[in-house]
Amino acid sequence: MPEVLKIKNLHQTFESGTVNENRVLRGVNLDLEAGDFVTIIGSNGAGKSTLLNSIAGTIPVQEGQIVLNGTDITKLPVTKRAKNISRVFQDPKMGTAVRLTVEENLALAMKRGQRRGFRPGVKKQDRKFFKKQLAQLGLNLENRLDTEIGLLSGGQRQAITLLMATLQRPDLILLDEHTAALDPKTSITVMELTEKLINDQKLTAFMVTHNMEDAIRYGNRLIMLHQGKVAVNLAGEEKQSLTVPKLMELFQKQVGAEVEDDAMLLV
Amino acid sequence: MAIGVYLTFRILDLADMTAEGSFPLGGAIATMCLVKGVNPFIATLAAFGGGLIAGLVTGFLNTKLRIPSLLAGIITMTGLYSITSRVMQNAANVSLLGKETIFSIAQKWGLSRNNAVIVMGLIIALLVIALLVIFFRTEIGLAMRATGDNPQMSAANGIKTEQMKILGYMISNGCIALSGALLAQNNGFADLNSGVGTLVIGLASIIIAEVLVRNLPIWGRLLTLVLGAIIYRLILALVFQMNVEPADAKLASALVLVVCLVLPNFHLPRNLKGGKNHARSTKD
Repeated sequence: MPEVLKIKNLHQTFESGTVNENRVLRGVNLDLEAGDFVTIIGSNGAGKSTLLNSIAGTIPVQEGQIVLNGTDITKLPVTKRAKNISRVFQDPKMGTAVRLTVEENLALAMKRGQRRGFRPGVKKQDRKFFKKQLAQLGLNLENRLDTEIGLLSGGQRQAITLLMATLQRPDLILLDEHTAALDPKTSITVMELTEKLINDQKLTAFMVTHNMEDAIRYGNRLIMLHQGKVAVNLAGEEKQSLTVPKLMELFQKQVGAEVEDDAMLLV
Repeated sequence: MAIGVYLTFRILDLADMTAEGSFPLGGAIATMCLVKGVNPFIATLAAFGGGLIAGLVTGFLNTKLRIPSLLAGIITMTGLYSITSRVMQNAANVSLLGKETIFSIAQKWGLSRNNAVIVMGLIIALLVIALLVIFFRTEIGLAMRATGDNPQMSAANGIKTEQMKILGYMISNGCIALSGALLAQNNGFADLNSGVGTLVIGLASIIIAEVLVRNLPIWGRLLTLVLGAIIYRLILALVFQMNVEPADAKLASALVLVVCLVLPNFHLPRNLKGGKNHARSTKD
């Protein structure tokens, strides 16, 4: 399998040099192969979002290297990375432009990473394609192309954001707790949709979640971050046979070890 | 002019003070061209071009040099005062007496002076609106609207948000300079100090338009802006009929704006009965 993403020794420190210095990532190493669907868990402050933001380019990388499909993207701005990386945010409001209509949002996503010119934003032939794509969501959105996104529910918006993220096949899709703000039922719908879209296009995906069950149920790999490092990295059989108690046990073990280390340092 | 202010204020979500500088600049450019005997339409277009450059400066200050938008606008506005003064060859005002203007051209079509202003004004306003509506439906236009709406999402979709903002500043100030050119030709002179209060008038027109009709598609909104501007003028005219002294004029118009801003808030509780309307307005 070809390597899609390679993260080498990634460090991120916030407010470095002050009393508030916060070393969020302390040397993360990670390789993703094509078609990998990785779920990431970890407690608050473990560095999950920072890791995702570093890959997307919203925070500049301080130390380390990020390589996507053989190209070093460590220093590229967000807009340049957008061609290859798409993203779904935690807040449903974040992923769409609320004052634009459904079709206008989709049209924007169609041109992700491409040059934009003076051609019409929403083309006739696109409309048919959008309808077909919306129909597969099963949310009755195919007849609401002209509706402003702001008038749709959070779940509908998140479904559309997902569709937007996959309309142009990305090399890598980043999902940042994208079901956390939804009610349980909608959350399941959106998760199933996520899996379907990822499987259909055989996408390489990175999914941050707070929900351990989701982390175990979906994807072929699982990574646990703890204090800015990869604490657990499971794949294949190990991942398939994982249960919540087992995961908790692994977590305890890891945290325990870390505490001991810290205690040693204090002595 | 209201349209120009609307572009930055609502579409890009920025308050752009450059307006106060690009308005007299437009008037000055058009007037000086006309004095030299340039075709009135070309003179008006040149004013638009001057506004584009003014917007470019503010946009550059705001995005590339990372000066907050309000400050960037004030800086450009201040600098423009000197530039406008230079354009007018250091005179505080320049007369257009006896020169051909776009309105005198319309008069040649057999219209009275007043009708000429109305007809020509409407034609140009409609032309600008039509062009803008077409523009906002293009790929770039969509990208610009998305930038104002949700910059993070726009960047994630590969939109160069800084360039979009600069372009927005440019078009906005182009429109404002264009309206400055129209006013100078209507008044028959360009005035260095005509910019004071421009932003207030623009904002008042926007607010009146939004109070009158809520939730419109973009072309409808642009049309109602013209209506909003006219109504604001009417309200002012009413106020001035009550024998307001010229020195108090600005205070009076500021007060009118306060009333316009506050009135919709008092309307809200009544809208509760309407249900849907209220839900929408709170979302805005």
